[in-house]
Amino acid sequence: MSGLDTFLFIVFPYMCLVSLVVGHIWRYRYDQFGWTSRSSQWYESRMLRWASPMFHFGLLFVLMGHFVGLVIPESWTTMVPESLYHLMSAGVGGIAGIVMVIGLIGLIYRRRTTPAVFRATTKSDKLMYVVLGAVIALGLTTTFYWQIIGGGYDYRQTVAVWFRSIFYFNPQAADMASAPVLFQMHAVCAFALFAIWPYTRLVHVFSAPVGYLWRPYIVYRSRDVGGEPGNRGPRPGWDKQGGMSGNRSENNYR
Amino acid sequence: MRVMAQMGMVMNLDKCIGCSTCSVTCKQAWTNRPGVEYVWFNNVETRPGQGYPRGYEDQEKWKGGWKLDRKGRLRLKAGGRIRKLATIFSNPNLPNVDDYYEPWTYDYDSLLNAPAGDDFPVARPKSLITDKDMKVEWSANWDDDLGGATEHGYKDPIVAKLGDKVKFEFEQAFMFYLPRICEHCINPSCVASCPSGAMYKREEDGIVLVDQDKCRGWRMCVSGCPYKKVYFNHTTGKAEKCTMCYPRLEVGQPTVCSETCVGRLRYLGLVLYDADRVAEAATEPDETKLMAAQKSILLDPRDPEVLAEARRSGIPEDWLEAAQNSPVYDLACRYDVALPLHPEYRTLPMVWYIPPLSPVVDALTETGHDGEDIGNLFGAIDAMRIPIEYLAELFTAGDIDPVNDVLRKLAAMRSHMRTVNLGEAVDPSIAEAVGMTIAEMESMYRLLAIAKYEDRYVIPSAHTEVANALLEELPGCSVDFTSTNGDSPVGEAKPVPVTIESFQLTKQRLEAEQYSDLDHKQ
Repeated sequence: MSGLDTFLFIVFPYMCLVSLVVGHIWRYRYDQFGWTSRSSQWYESRMLRWASPMFHFGLLFVLMGHFVGLVIPESWTTMVPESLYHLMSAGVGGIAGIVMVIGLIGLIYRRRTTPAVFRATTKSDKLMYVVLGAVIALGLTTTFYWQIIGGGYDYRQTVAVWFRSIFYFNPQAADMASAPVLFQMHAVCAFALFAIWPYTRLVHVFSAPVGYLWRPYIVYRSRDVGGEPGNRGPRPGWDKQGGMSGNRSENNYR
Repeated sequence: MRVMAQMGMVMNLDKCIGCSTCSVTCKQAWTNRPGVEYVWFNNVETRPGQGYPRGYEDQEKWKGGWKLDRKGRLRLKAGGRIRKLATIFSNPNLPNVDDYYEPWTYDYDSLLNAPAGDDFPVARPKSLITDKDMKVEWSANWDDDLGGATEHGYKDPIVAKLGDKVKFEFEQAFMFYLPRICEHCINPSCVASCPSGAMYKREEDGIVLVDQDKCRGWRMCVSGCPYKKVYFNHTTGKAEKCTMCYPRLEVGQPTVCSETCVGRLRYLGLVLYDADRVAEAATEPDETKLMAAQKSILLDPRDPEVLAEARRSGIPEDWLEAAQNSPVYDLACRYDVALPLHPEYRTLPMVWYIPPLSPVVDALTETGHDGEDIGNLFGAIDAMRIPIEYLAELFTAGDIDPVNDVLRKLAAMRSHMRTVNLGEAVDPSIAEAVGMTIAEMESMYRLLAIAKYEDRYVIPSAHTEVANALLEELPGCSVDFTSTNGDSPVGEAKPVPVTIESFQLTKQRLEAEQYSDLDHKQ
């Protein structure tokens, strides 16, 4: 195992995960106001109508596949016959991947060709699209090259072991180093995506509103929560702005 | 009985001259920022007309508000929770820029910097969302004063419903103005539609607000509101709406739209309602009885039993006193002249309207008749079916009887006050004809025609010792923040959401002690 392997499969993933966790904590604490999907549907909805659901639903299926392949230990998934597992992994994964890619291409085309949407595209959006596009392209190539044309590579014995070992803090980089290079590139790109995640619009993934299924329809809230004027108690990012915290005179003479 | 207080508004449409001062002052106060250029928390529509956004009242198309399912239970018209989440990636009912209008500015710079030449320089319209040249084709009140009505008037959903009866030829047309703000509904479908739970109704005064920190931009409130009074800020990616100027109300001041209304047609006041019976009122099976159902949950603020329950719910004494002096309760329940806008949406809206008698009076006087004679007025109200059917579609789900009753009261008041002002013998039969006493009629006249400031606005202040601070500059208000890095040809700010490249900007904004400390030229 080379030094590069150590860096790519141990150091780099941890750096990215630190960025993912710390970045989200920072963003959640200091930028509730910026935490949004930043929808562009108001500008354009004809292309979005098909492209966005295709991309998102395709992605959800792909993520479920990754959960089964990476997180569930092989000893569990081997209870399913190998041929069936392979069919599910390559077939369903491949179809979901294609749906997702068509959606993504539609979304990128729309973003580039609709003037209003293109103008609202930030640098971070562009970086995110490049990294996300690379992850998806490499992932789909891997699936087609190894699982469909190549007859199947059992990533559950190498990639999945390495992936889980990261979270046990006992990283098995040698397992990943032995995997085909496409898998390695896909994984490294994915970790790069995790690293930039908190600083992009991708944060909206973590506010998926599943709580809506259970909460009462009409929400009531008291004006006086937290004992401060306004609608709610103080939160970081709002309370240091002067004016409301009783230090007005002090501020005025600074 | 569970008593809750609700701030409400009444607008007396007879007095509206359609000047749009309310819209402009509201815009200056609240939506003069990039991202909300197209947003009018207050707008004034000419009716018949399409309204803003275009044709918003066609709920078969937009699916706003509530409906009853086959078992008579209340359901969101756009579908329940699972359907909402399933359509979250692309909201099928969301109006977009074409349904509002493409906001624009003019390239004034070319007027100032054009070199000397034979031709006058012109300021071309530039789109505020693409920065490109654009053709101005529509705006928030493009069909003002029936402009283009012979071509577009038939796109008004109510005109379409009434069929060929509404005429737009000059001699046969009628029109009036309808100023609209958020209805601050008792049963708000926007709040129910919000997947994030960011929208809420304030317990104290019923004002419906969007928590800008909690909103995640799923856009379901925009489509869930049948009045289309929740807007999407396309720069911040968050929903914004009329706040009923709560920072002003909290210190006892009327809303900006009310304060600046030159016709003095707006009334603000509290009503008490029975929160336990909201569902019952909203599920009334007969749409034409919804208004009566809504009025039935409004409680008499002089009833000792109501007062005792209100005190038990913690409503302070000065609020109860304000509820007793409330012009909103008086106009809606005591005089029975204020009607809710589109009760059939089942949201129990709390901005009420006194329908205009002026189309009737105008028609009468134009034909040379005495427009203040009670017999003529009653006759004209009975004869003028089309304007009244139109008003009924707006205010009573199509039932013309309540509209007739209100117009007859206004007509009787007009007639009665003429006899008083001319020193003629007062005829008690005029008031009796509409089921009122002379004293009631004259006190209604004082409220509607004299309309003193302190009678129009009965606003109890919020109970917070630092209420005055609310009036001062609020530097921490994120929605006021716009960055101007990023150039556009017309000098408008480009959206810069918080991301990697704006980390320092965000940090600086959050750590600045004063708004003025920020470097706006960054």
